Amino acid sequence: MDALVNKRIKQVLKGDQSAYTDIVNLYQHKLYQICYRMLGNKEEAEDIAQEAFVRAYVNLHSYDQKRKFSTWLYRIATNLCIDRIRKKKPDYYLDAEVAGTDGLNMYSQIASSEKLPEDVVAQMELQERVQYEISRLPDKYRAVIVLKYIEELSLQEISEILEMPLGTVKTRIHRGREALRKQLNNL
Amino acid sequence: MTACNERYVEYMHDYLDGDISHDHEKELKQHLKSCADCQQHMHELSDSIAFIKSAAHITAPLHFETRVMQRLPKRKNTAGIQKWLRRHPIIVAAAVFVLFMSATLVGSYSNDTQFSVTKQPNLIVEGQTVTVPEGEVVKGDIVVKNGDIVIEGEVDGNVTVINGKYMASSAVVTGQVEEIDQAFEWLWYEMKQMFNSFISLFK
Repeated sequence: MDALVNKRIKQVLKGDQSAYTDIVNLYQHKLYQICYRMLGNKEEAEDIAQEAFVRAYVNLHSYDQKRKFSTWLYRIATNLCIDRIRKKKPDYYLDAEVAGTDGLNMYSQIASSEKLPEDVVAQMELQERVQYEISRLPDKYRAVIVLKYIEELSLQEISEILEMPLGTVKTRIHRGREALRKQLNNL
Repeated sequence: MTACNERYVEYMHDYLDGDISHDHEKELKQHLKSCADCQQHMHELSDSIAFIKSAAHITAPLHFETRVMQRLPKRKNTAGIQKWLRRHPIIVAAAVFVLFMSATLVGSYSNDTQFSVTKQPNLIVEGQTVTVPEGEVVKGDIVVKNGDIVIEGEVDGNVTVINGKYMASSAVVTGQVEEIDQAFEWLWYEMKQMFNSFISLFK
């Protein structure tokens, strides 16, 4: 597969735009899945996944063909997703203490407003529930959990995609698993 | 969370990542047998993973590929041409030169269907026939376009006939005699002329 991908990339670099179709075809489902799990919304996922392919195309000359293409492509997509998630966030600091409260910070406020009532959650279908729990994860844990357990990528690959040391990836996965465990057992 | 607990939770995660040392794994298993809290914790972690993994496989919507291709910038191609042009300036210069050259040549070819002859004092022109009379000496070159030439006297120079006939009996021509009939030959002649006049500019 890598040989085919590299062949197509060379064709695209020579100016044959139609050769890019095969590349999109090969990676579209995985890329869309990452975006959908990260963003939890079909329209946004499609938009960001398309944008990732366009950016990859425009910057194809900077891709190092000795490395894995999927790693490079997923990096573009996860960066776009994280940017999108951050843009949606309100621009106050979540860690800041809320005035007039004792030790209450914005996390507790958000959590109480985002968390759905128990009976609503209990009635969710499994798939709906899975996405709901993923979207409740803080974005730095969400990326690693999605890449590890939805895409089933190795820790090494995840560290290359997110451009962070292996140790950081491990720590985030550990914390992500703990966060998930708490979410699931708080009901 | 107790101190013992925290250490074992660390082991649990290492175990789940698949990079726990053999000793730690043994230790963890031993501990889980005796500690209900840790056992519970381990179960919850495994369940969380199983829960996330139960996520259905998601596929991209229909026509995703087409939409991506539509979104790609089109300028890429012209950028390639520009890059190529910039990389080969000599070819570009030559191409431009040839273009202008051929434009003037083609232009003058289509205009040149009329009869014409180089003006020399002792030439006789009758209709489309030029005659160098017997006993006369023409000094200089003669070019006849779209007409014939009959030489009975002498020519001290080159004779060129384009789209016409050269007729001579006892003629004396000191220079070259050329008959040009076809467009290609004519073109070649024009180019030679142009080259010669170009050279003479520097003389």
